Amino acid sequence: MEFFIQLLINGLSIGFLYGLSAMGFVMIFKSSSVLNFAHGELLAMGAFIFLTLVTWANLPIWLAFLVTLLGCFILGFIVERLFLRPLIGEPLIFVIMLTVGLASMFKGLMLLLWGGNLRTYPDFLPQWLGLTFGYVTVPPVYVMALIIGVVFLALFGLFFKYSSQGIYMRSVADNQKAALSLGVHVRKVFALSWGIAALVAGMSGIVLGIINGINVHDLSAIGLKVFPVVILGGLDSIVGAVIGGIIIGLLETFTGGYLSPSLRDVVPYIVLVFILLVKPYGLFGLVEIERV
Amino acid sequence: MRQRFRFHPCGNYKDRYEDELTVFETDFGRLWAIVGLLVLLCFAPFVLSRYMLYIVNTIGIMSMAAIGLNILIGYTGLISLGHGAFVGVGAYAAAILATRWNLPILVTLPAAGIITALLGMVFGIPSVRLKGLYLTIATIAGQFIIEYVLVHWDALTMGTMGITLPFPSFFGYEISGDRGFFYLIFTCLILMVFLAINLMRSKYGRAFVAVRDNDRAAEGMGIPIFRYKLLSFGVSSFYAGCAGALWAYYMMSITTEPFNLMLSVEFIAMVIIGGLGSISGSIFGAVFITSLNEILRWLTDWAMNTGALGDFGLNLAPLREFVFGLAIVLFILFEPRGIAELWRIVRSNFRLWPFPY
Repeated sequence: MEFFIQLLINGLSIGFLYGLSAMGFVMIFKSSSVLNFAHGELLAMGAFIFLTLVTWANLPIWLAFLVTLLGCFILGFIVERLFLRPLIGEPLIFVIMLTVGLASMFKGLMLLLWGGNLRTYPDFLPQWLGLTFGYVTVPPVYVMALIIGVVFLALFGLFFKYSSQGIYMRSVADNQKAALSLGVHVRKVFALSWGIAALVAGMSGIVLGIINGINVHDLSAIGLKVFPVVILGGLDSIVGAVIGGIIIGLLETFTGGYLSPSLRDVVPYIVLVFILLVKPYGLFGLVEIERV
Repeated sequence: MRQRFRFHPCGNYKDRYEDELTVFETDFGRLWAIVGLLVLLCFAPFVLSRYMLYIVNTIGIMSMAAIGLNILIGYTGLISLGHGAFVGVGAYAAAILATRWNLPILVTLPAAGIITALLGMVFGIPSVRLKGLYLTIATIAGQFIIEYVLVHWDALTMGTMGITLPFPSFFGYEISGDRGFFYLIFTCLILMVFLAINLMRSKYGRAFVAVRDNDRAAEGMGIPIFRYKLLSFGVSSFYAGCAGALWAYYMMSITTEPFNLMLSVEFIAMVIIGGLGSISGSIFGAVFITSLNEILRWLTDWAMNTGALGDFGLNLAPLREFVFGLAIVLFILFEPRGIAELWRIVRSNFRLWPFPY
């Protein structure tokens, strides 16, 4: 029983992190229907910028955090402006391959700049943040991740529902041409959504870096783990991303705990194939019915 | 009246459907293709150094797999990120058949192709319901699942230990050394290219293109799109399987390591950089990516050994990944139709010189 509860807690926290990483991915898909293969690299970029600011530039933590978020926002903005904008209206394969190429570029760049070793942040989280329920303890990092996640989730919910920019984003996602003809500045929306998505990715990268240490290969692998998560939750649903993340996280830890540790990394993809066959639009995705 | 020799007219003068289907637009082109092939087959193995011959052989194997992927992506419009895993399946199929049952290469090579084709069709089944993005994601899942099975099905694939293959023999003649493999690989490649070009000129090729251009219209015109999508997966995986089998024989021992997602990405890069929907483009792409890989490896080795750039030279290895990504990005942004299109432009410039068109 104790084993079960420990697995449950682990699964929930890992799943929550997956959900958090998937949020930025869903943002981009929701506003520009681009499948971003460079998402893992954006996560890693955020983690490394934060690392550099904290250890090399010795900035205080809160300032470093803010500067990282700003830097990621600008990075997303630049990526959209330089690489994605010329491809508006091009076939899908080019857009997908462009993000694959970007992923390779970013990965090489990060390996050049920071090397492939595992790095860690200095310990800066206060111990009182940790929680204890009976014999189960939750480390402070996870509590912080939970707080950040809930705050961002609420912010995004409100942003998409009430702010005019959020409504523009939804309109562009729904029908680009109609949005254009009604006077929505589609290019501005794309740029903004890439900026915000990179910001969210950077934030999740920092959280992941605090928990697992910072390594280019590990963080970019999480970018691929995002696919089962978002498919399960529905490609265009932010709440779905979090719930899908939690389900996939639980599934992973339970398979790892009870069946075999090596099966752990494949289970999400097996699930992915089944979901695609049975319910391709996921739990909360928008269903587009087309019968051909 | 029978035309003796055909030269390039200045403009589009095709007035029969057969004209659209010709492989060589002019007799000049056919002549050059034959001369080029003869030069390659007669001189390349004897003039080139062993290392260069190794690269040429690798290009041959890669071209075969890239042609397969181009049939799937360029002609049928189904994006697959699992091609590397299929090459791995072909390699393992050939290796297992050759070591367990001592079958000759004449059996294992087609058998590997057929086994991979069947598996490819299984992974093509999701294309009944999925298209575009969703299908791409399904093929990524296929990549990871196949990789996992190859590593963990110890009884069959020997897991991470890998399999060592015997030398292939042809009617009692044992093929060993780069020169022998050169003829083996290029015979297969020429056959496969011939097959691919003619397949694309047939009813099946036209159906593939129709599915790519507008699947709803294709269905409306009586093309059973699901059957053709499956067929396309099958043909594409057949090419991957044959390439994998040759790879396994050429490398003599295989492990699961090279058949990862990066290899799939490399194949897609070949197809895009070479030119989508063009058989010659796939070969150009294979040449480009393989040479790029080798040049970058050589550069990093050089920088490391001579210490030319000091400490920085030691950290230059990731540069390969960066340049690789950069090449993909630049081609997509500036010449999305790839080297095949560049080649066409260069040729027509020569033909029309000194006039602009």
